[in-house]
Amino acid sequence: MKADADTASTTAGVGEFLRLPPFGRKFGAWAEYIVIPALALLASLVLFGIFVALFGKNPLDLYFFMYQGAFGTWFSWQNTLTRAAPLILTALCTALPAQLGMVIIGGEGALLIGALCATSAALALPAAPPLVVDVAMAFAGMIGGGLWIMLSGALRQYRGVNETISSLLLVYIALAVLNFLVEGPMRDPTSLNKPSTPEIGAANMIGSIPGTDVHWGLAFGIIAAVLSYILIYHTVFGFAARVAGGNIRAAKVVGLSVGKLILIICFLAGAAAGLAGMMEVAAVQGRTNANLAAGYGFAGILVAFLARQNPLAVIPVAVLLGGIGASGGLLQRRLGLPDASVLVLEGTIFVMVLASDSLYGRLGIFKGKS
Amino acid sequence: MTFDKISRRRVLQGTAALTLGTALPLRGAMAAETTIGFIYVGSRDDYGYNQAHAAGAAALKKMPGIKVVEEEKVPETDAVEKTMESMINLDGATLLFPTSFGYYNPHMIKMALKFPKLRFEHCGGLWSDKDPKNAGSYFGYIDEAQHVAGIVAGYSTKSGKLGFVAAKPIPQVLRNINAFTLGAKLANPKVTTQVIFTGDWSMPVKEAEATNGLIDQGVDVLTCHVDGPKTVVENAARRGAMVCGYHVNQSVLAPQAYLTGAEWNWEVLYPRFAKMFTSGETIPNFYRGGLKEEIVKVSPYGPMVSEEAKKKADEVKAALTAGNYVIFKGPLVDNKGNTVVASGVSRGQTDPELEKMSYLLDGVIGATS
Repeated sequence: MKADADTASTTAGVGEFLRLPPFGRKFGAWAEYIVIPALALLASLVLFGIFVALFGKNPLDLYFFMYQGAFGTWFSWQNTLTRAAPLILTALCTALPAQLGMVIIGGEGALLIGALCATSAALALPAAPPLVVDVAMAFAGMIGGGLWIMLSGALRQYRGVNETISSLLLVYIALAVLNFLVEGPMRDPTSLNKPSTPEIGAANMIGSIPGTDVHWGLAFGIIAAVLSYILIYHTVFGFAARVAGGNIRAAKVVGLSVGKLILIICFLAGAAAGLAGMMEVAAVQGRTNANLAAGYGFAGILVAFLARQNPLAVIPVAVLLGGIGASGGLLQRRLGLPDASVLVLEGTIFVMVLASDSLYGRLGIFKGKS
Repeated sequence: MTFDKISRRRVLQGTAALTLGTALPLRGAMAAETTIGFIYVGSRDDYGYNQAHAAGAAALKKMPGIKVVEEEKVPETDAVEKTMESMINLDGATLLFPTSFGYYNPHMIKMALKFPKLRFEHCGGLWSDKDPKNAGSYFGYIDEAQHVAGIVAGYSTKSGKLGFVAAKPIPQVLRNINAFTLGAKLANPKVTTQVIFTGDWSMPVKEAEATNGLIDQGVDVLTCHVDGPKTVVENAARRGAMVCGYHVNQSVLAPQAYLTGAEWNWEVLYPRFAKMFTSGETIPNFYRGGLKEEIVKVSPYGPMVSEEAKKKADEVKAALTAGNYVIFKGPLVDNKGNTVVASGVSRGQTDPELEKMSYLLDGVIGATS
């Protein structure tokens, strides 16, 4: 199989249907992937400025406060990065299966199941040293979340169920499972008005990255994104996945085991979201309760699409959305805008980036080198 | 819109702040004022829980020397920690009110430890000696107002069936359901209250379904304990049923069908706290109160409330306000037949047993699990 894959990679054309070429290919194409999204972002900021001006607010104030709230001070940076941390991991839950042409939108479910599994692992090891507990929590969270999304992959592979629908519906099942366990068998009897599991213990909490308030989830997210990028663009396995994503029949003809690819990629995707859930428990909440269903999984879908499903691009996009979230508070407080205005901006960016897809390959300045 | 404001100076200011942002924290600009931060879990105009708090914040805005900063729809994750820090770092807030239950532990506690000189006040939490001294929790015995509303509901119902749309079977909610039912039984001992739990605080579709389902079963007076009672109130009125409100006065949504309601009175409590804070007096770490302390109130009666109902309700309200009335007085039996408050036992409002309530009383149709 390796020989096949290597031969295929040298033939022209195979790379054409892949969204992003690996590093080192045409510089022009790379510039295109930076300039076009930047233009889309700029256009959405202008549109949002007009929208805000219609409500009698000064757009320059808007841009200033957005900058200040997201990146203007060291505190603002930490605020932004804290919000970005879970989004990198949940975005991978959508971006990885996208390489196979699958649209998985159930990262929220994997996050919740990951959090539950991680909490269970910690509660099952009351006497173990913190490092052991944290490693066990991470593995439990990744395995739980991984199996959850793998279920969607298996349903698609063996039963022909649409993975988008099944992964979304599994979110509601995950939420129901979480509520059932938290309000029933796993409930800490002293959690009166906020049904929660018992706490994992202060000693087991994962602290912040030294010198910051940002928890380690950010570092794990970046590592996971880089590993995913290497896996997809620099390994035979990743190449096989992209071939299957481009043309599933061709992949079968050359003898790729598509079913195995689907299951493994879905597992890795779910594991990323499950790790996000574990970090929410181990670094933020200290236990599992309904607070965990904060929509990180759904925000991750937006990040993945804005990053055009590229695992590396997920990192800056997550930081950008984290920044919008961080500055949203300042917009409310200084300009008196409602919270929904931030959603208007996110929606505008989303539409502009998707619409800008049609510009790729059509702007003359990026052509001529290939 | 005002283009004249976009002057060269402003652009220069912006540029300067862009470059010096890290070096120049913006606090101190309003040194003479006390800045108070309010954080809401939902939207400020939800006709419910968050609007009640926003009304309290609005009362503070009228006080001289006080500046209020607000942020809505903040989730109960580390986002609320960052919102608090942002209010402290960028707005100079020194007193913070994170108003949702899930903000308390670990988020507000963490911030109180990080900023020991600032004050944090939480709605609904149970502050204990182990918690930081610069943190506090306050709450109201709103079951007193529910009890009075129950009396009105009991007199108003023709079918003898009341309906209660509730979020989760937790102590605060169960206490409201039981107090409401005990009130209704004062009017008519045969009245029953059918409860439907929707499972979460803001589930408009399920709340509408529950309201319709209850009315289809013959319920003619409804009330609720969810974050935004708008759905229940409007749907009940549309279906021709009567309704008792919750959190704030919802009579504008159903002028005819609105009987009365149990409301928060944060517009009295927050200025009280602000005065203590600005005068250097310590706000008690654990603060509770009901009608007597003006932390809760009862909505004015609607047009359909009978004179008889008003008379009895006013009588009980007066006794509660005077502080010589106990709602949970034994013998009380739950709806499974177990005695939960023995004969001769009076559980007054401050009784910690009531904070752990896990049962539905006789007369309530429904189950906690």
